Amino acid sequence: MNTGTDIGGWSVVIAVLGAALRVSTPYLFVSLGETITELSGRINLGLEGTLIMGAVSGYAISYATGSPWLGVLGAGATGAAFGLLHAGLCSLPRVNDIAVGVALFILGTGLGIYLGKPLIHPVAPRLPDIHFGAWSNLPSLRAALDINALFIIGVVLAPIMLWMLRNTRWGLILRTVGDSADAARALGYSINGVRAIATALGGFFAGIGGAFLSLYYPGSWTEGLSSGQGLMAVTLVIFARWNPVNCVYAALLFGGATAVGPALQAIGYGGDYYLFGAAPYVLTLILLIRSSSTRHRMFGAPSELTFNK
Amino acid sequence: MTPTLASAVTQVPLVEAVGMSKRFGSLLALDDVSLRLPAGSFHALLGENGAGKSTLVKCMMGYHRPDRGHLSLDGVRRDIHNPRQALDAGIGLVYQHFTLVPNMTAAENIVLGRSPIARVIDWAAERAQIEAFQRDMPFHVDLGARISGLAAGEKQKLEILKQLYLGRRVLILDEPTSVLTPAEADQVLGLLRDMTRERTLSVVLITHKFREVIAFAREVTVLRAGRAAGSGSVGELKQADLAAMMFGSGAVFASAARDKASTPGDIRLEVTAMTALNDKGVVACDEVSLAVRSGEILGIAGVAGNGQRELVEVLAGQREAQAGELRVMGERYDRSRKQMRVRGVHLLTEEPLDNGCVRGMSVAENLSFRNFDEPPQTVFGCFLRGSALRRHAAALIKRYGIRTASPDSRIDTLSGGNVQRTVLARELSGAVSVLIAQNPCVGLDFAATSEIRAQMMAARNAGSAILLFSEDLDELLELADRIGVMFEGAIVYETPRATADVQTIGLHMASRQPAQEAA
Repeated sequence: MNTGTDIGGWSVVIAVLGAALRVSTPYLFVSLGETITELSGRINLGLEGTLIMGAVSGYAISYATGSPWLGVLGAGATGAAFGLLHAGLCSLPRVNDIAVGVALFILGTGLGIYLGKPLIHPVAPRLPDIHFGAWSNLPSLRAALDINALFIIGVVLAPIMLWMLRNTRWGLILRTVGDSADAARALGYSINGVRAIATALGGFFAGIGGAFLSLYYPGSWTEGLSSGQGLMAVTLVIFARWNPVNCVYAALLFGGATAVGPALQAIGYGGDYYLFGAAPYVLTLILLIRSSSTRHRMFGAPSELTFNK
Repeated sequence: MTPTLASAVTQVPLVEAVGMSKRFGSLLALDDVSLRLPAGSFHALLGENGAGKSTLVKCMMGYHRPDRGHLSLDGVRRDIHNPRQALDAGIGLVYQHFTLVPNMTAAENIVLGRSPIARVIDWAAERAQIEAFQRDMPFHVDLGARISGLAAGEKQKLEILKQLYLGRRVLILDEPTSVLTPAEADQVLGLLRDMTRERTLSVVLITHKFREVIAFAREVTVLRAGRAAGSGSVGELKQADLAAMMFGSGAVFASAARDKASTPGDIRLEVTAMTALNDKGVVACDEVSLAVRSGEILGIAGVAGNGQRELVEVLAGQREAQAGELRVMGERYDRSRKQMRVRGVHLLTEEPLDNGCVRGMSVAENLSFRNFDEPPQTVFGCFLRGSALRRHAAALIKRYGIRTASPDSRIDTLSGGNVQRTVLARELSGAVSVLIAQNPCVGLDFAATSEIRAQMMAARNAGSAILLFSEDLDELLELADRIGVMFEGAIVYETPRATADVQTIGLHMASRQPAQEAA
């Protein structure tokens, strides 16, 4: 390995990869959670609001207790509460989950910014890194291999989740409720009950995604902290075909797209910064167009989803 | 049967439904009905649509909670208010509309029926066990297949296999044979009858087919308007007795009168090498060609899901064809509103409330879809005249006997039969050159059915060309001048009325037959 610090174009690649791991974490958590929610037959579009609420509460708890991990748990709990609110509203007759989601999106964003006013200046303890790059003396590689603990938890969680969906009672019941409410009713399972748990879990994960934003990267509370990750994660779930392991790849892809702009800027190529900044949104559009069809329904989509009916 | 099944040793219980009543809003769907099932019974539940058959068994299963009455097992009263309790007691119901989970495999769907499901499922062991169980069955289901890719008949077999594998001792089947070919129906019902003879199972069969009752059941209960209209042992009752119980005495339904003197005229509708895809992008209609002449009914038989729906949608303009040509009266037909009108093409689609009506609109508005934009309903080319619209509607309502509170009632407040009559009235009024109908009598009572069949026959006698898709062979044998069979997207057999034979047609509905057998 070259001992010099100048490795030319490779530094961009390494920077993009390192940033992709960083940036993809909130995508990963939100999409893992949304996968569970959507598999139960509901869409929660309010996750953007949940993300903000998670970021605020996580930051506040971390600041108050001095423990970022308590912050993460608190953010998850806040998210779960938002999820339960969504589920509770949706279980009322003639209530549409998409409309409730949009309402909670706006509520969460507004409430988060309001509650976060006093938190702009204080500095809360941040989440730790795990240093996988100690063997290398390349600073850029070492920096890229400082991987945050939450990302690792998410990556480990995804295959476990997939296994649980396929091989456990819980997974089977969840998919039944999401795919055929009639079948679930005929088997005597409570549809609203299962969906409430699934939406709360989805909120829990989204809250953790929010805590990552305020406690790791960018790592402080600001009002413009989230730039639509919560919403784009919904697209990502569709792209990942409701498979948690695919969510990891999809999150990395989105993370990579987000990281291209800043990485190029870091090596002094700032000309089209804003154009590259739009990369994840363009990617979202492309994926949606690619996965749409006038001829057939989305393969593998839970049949009870509103947009699938 | 594998000895590992705990249920194999349990006895078949004596099941009794005692004095069950159930009210939905203002409708008393079930009124004090009792049913007694000793071990090993094969009990048919006969009645028209809406007679309360499904309501009774759903109350027994705990899917609905009865307002009065209860279930008892071996003489002990059991309050069942959740289907899982019924499943635990060994009672299983195969619902009329399948309750299989579409995105799961057959094996997953079977395991799902377990109560309770294991916390962690050992798939290898489960599959081996199901395969071993299947070996003793007369039919076989591919365990790895996704439900969404299965045909309706396969789903029905899977449902029954699932119930038997899970060790249900009492099996209730809600119209199980509507999606099976006659031979498959006999196979499935024969298997169940043998099991009841061995006293390893009791069966309740909901049906409206006399043939099945007489061939398989031992006891029968007839429901009419929510009440038990009669019951008895099948051996002692004749078909006429059953009919009298179902419809009340004195009800006579004349079959449609065929004008035998008329001969088919020129070709009105011609489909050539039509290929179309289904919703999943798979070929559903495979180079279908057919021609219907003036003054004849071409009937197309086939089990649901063999491309009939897609073909009708192409003819209706609801689906694009991949290839092929469509001609009406010798000229290319592009399915536009203008051409429909000029060439007199009319449609009676399946599920008319969703396919041919706008739910939120009134009966009068729904009746005028064909001609609301013509005088006298429209003046100066753009203004609707409500009075003319209502007059037009009132005339049709009277002529076709549509039972509606007023022409201004919403269409979705009407019963299924009256929605069907409304669409029929709209489609048969005006000059009908070509009529395309799909399962026009599904879900209708006997009176409405014979009326609608008579209307179609009258249109044929008056010179219309009628293409009739139906899953009901009796309907085709009554109406059609020629009968074709659609299987896996192709017309695989065709016969004139004179030589039509149920056995041969049934054979072609189930598989592709060599050409010489078709002769």
